[in-house]
Amino acid sequence: MKKIEVLGTGCKKCTTTAEHIGAVAKELGIEASVEKVTDPGVIMSYQVMSTPAVAIDGKLAHSGSVPDRRKIETMLQD
Amino acid sequence: MLEVFTWLADWLVYGLGGLEPDSKLASSLHFFVEDTTKIFALLVVMIYIIALLRASLNLERVRHYIQQKNRFAGYGLGAGFGAITPFCSCSSIPLFLGFTSAGIPLGITMAFLFTSPIINEVAVIMLWSLLGWEFTLVYIAIGMIVGIGGGMILDTLRGERWLKDFAAKAYSQAAERPATDQPVPEKPSLSLKDRHEFARDELKEIVGRIWQWVIIGVGLGAALHGFVPDGWFAENLGSGQWWNVPVAVFAGLPLYSNATGVIPVMESLILKGLPVGTTLAFCMSTVAASVPEFIMLKQVMQWRLLAIIFVILLVNFMIVGWVINLLSPWLFNGML
Repeated sequence: MKKIEVLGTGCKKCTTTAEHIGAVAKELGIEASVEKVTDPGVIMSYQVMSTPAVAIDGKLAHSGSVPDRRKIETMLQD
Repeated sequence: MLEVFTWLADWLVYGLGGLEPDSKLASSLHFFVEDTTKIFALLVVMIYIIALLRASLNLERVRHYIQQKNRFAGYGLGAGFGAITPFCSCSSIPLFLGFTSAGIPLGITMAFLFTSPIINEVAVIMLWSLLGWEFTLVYIAIGMIVGIGGGMILDTLRGERWLKDFAAKAYSQAAERPATDQPVPEKPSLSLKDRHEFARDELKEIVGRIWQWVIIGVGLGAALHGFVPDGWFAENLGSGQWWNVPVAVFAGLPLYSNATGVIPVMESLILKGLPVGTTLAFCMSTVAASVPEFIMLKQVMQWRLLAIIFVILLVNFMIVGWVINLLSPWLFNGML
């Protein structure tokens, strides 16, 4: 079970990112919990400056844009 | 080169549309067609080229660069990078915390955030094409001064006292460790293809975000252009009494727009005889003092600091208005 956090202060792109990851995980049959994190303190602890960003199991995997499909697949399969 | 768009509008409105050139409707329509086609054509070309150039500029590198400089250079750099860094307002909070937790003074971070909505490539392209390069340079200078000045005042007041606790703590911890501890972010090596892909995505992103604003802005500008008689403002508001400027600033406050939507309106206001300083004060207040932005900043600041920032901005805009009104006979002699 992968713990996926989408970091962002709540703009539309963050929602899109979370939805895309959820959909790809389901398709690939990967068990994952996708959670949107809006708490600025938590975002700061990941040292991210551009959102949306994605952390998987507590490690930063992506930042600064809505990741495309290929990027999501690589992130999930690592 | 840009006359092409005038001809296009002539042909569409007077030729195909068959409208009389001196009617109000034709005048509005002509303005609308000419400006929208011109703006979109320029935007597409320029956004792509600029994005190619700045593909390797990211916030980590900007932060590192600002950190290395002394405080006074810092304000200028903060405002300068605020102008050129690709940055969406929904990233304000992570950016704010990223800078603060790296020990960058509050005033420098805010110089970045103040300047960012005022100056960006879209605003510059539109100003240049609608109002000419002299005006564009004045606008850029003012945007930088508002950012730098606002930042310096905040630091003089020691505004960091009124950050939310967790942000204040991150800042004081960073101040204790030497800046040299920070790892140097490496410059991403990009092939031409990477740059092209970045630029293409940026173009799609930016045009997707602003096209409605261009239409609304130019539409309003066109309506003003056709239906408000020349010199209306001078007759009805008086020509530049001192109180016009604060009125313009407060009128701009509840209106929330980005620079894209306001600039075509500015063009019309100036052509209709509203003094340039008053127009700029109105524009800045609409663009840079926005309620959504303030609500976001509330997550990292106490009310007191927010109120101070708000007042600093309003006062800055008024000063801009008065000073430019005073200077405009020399600055824009014969140009507008």
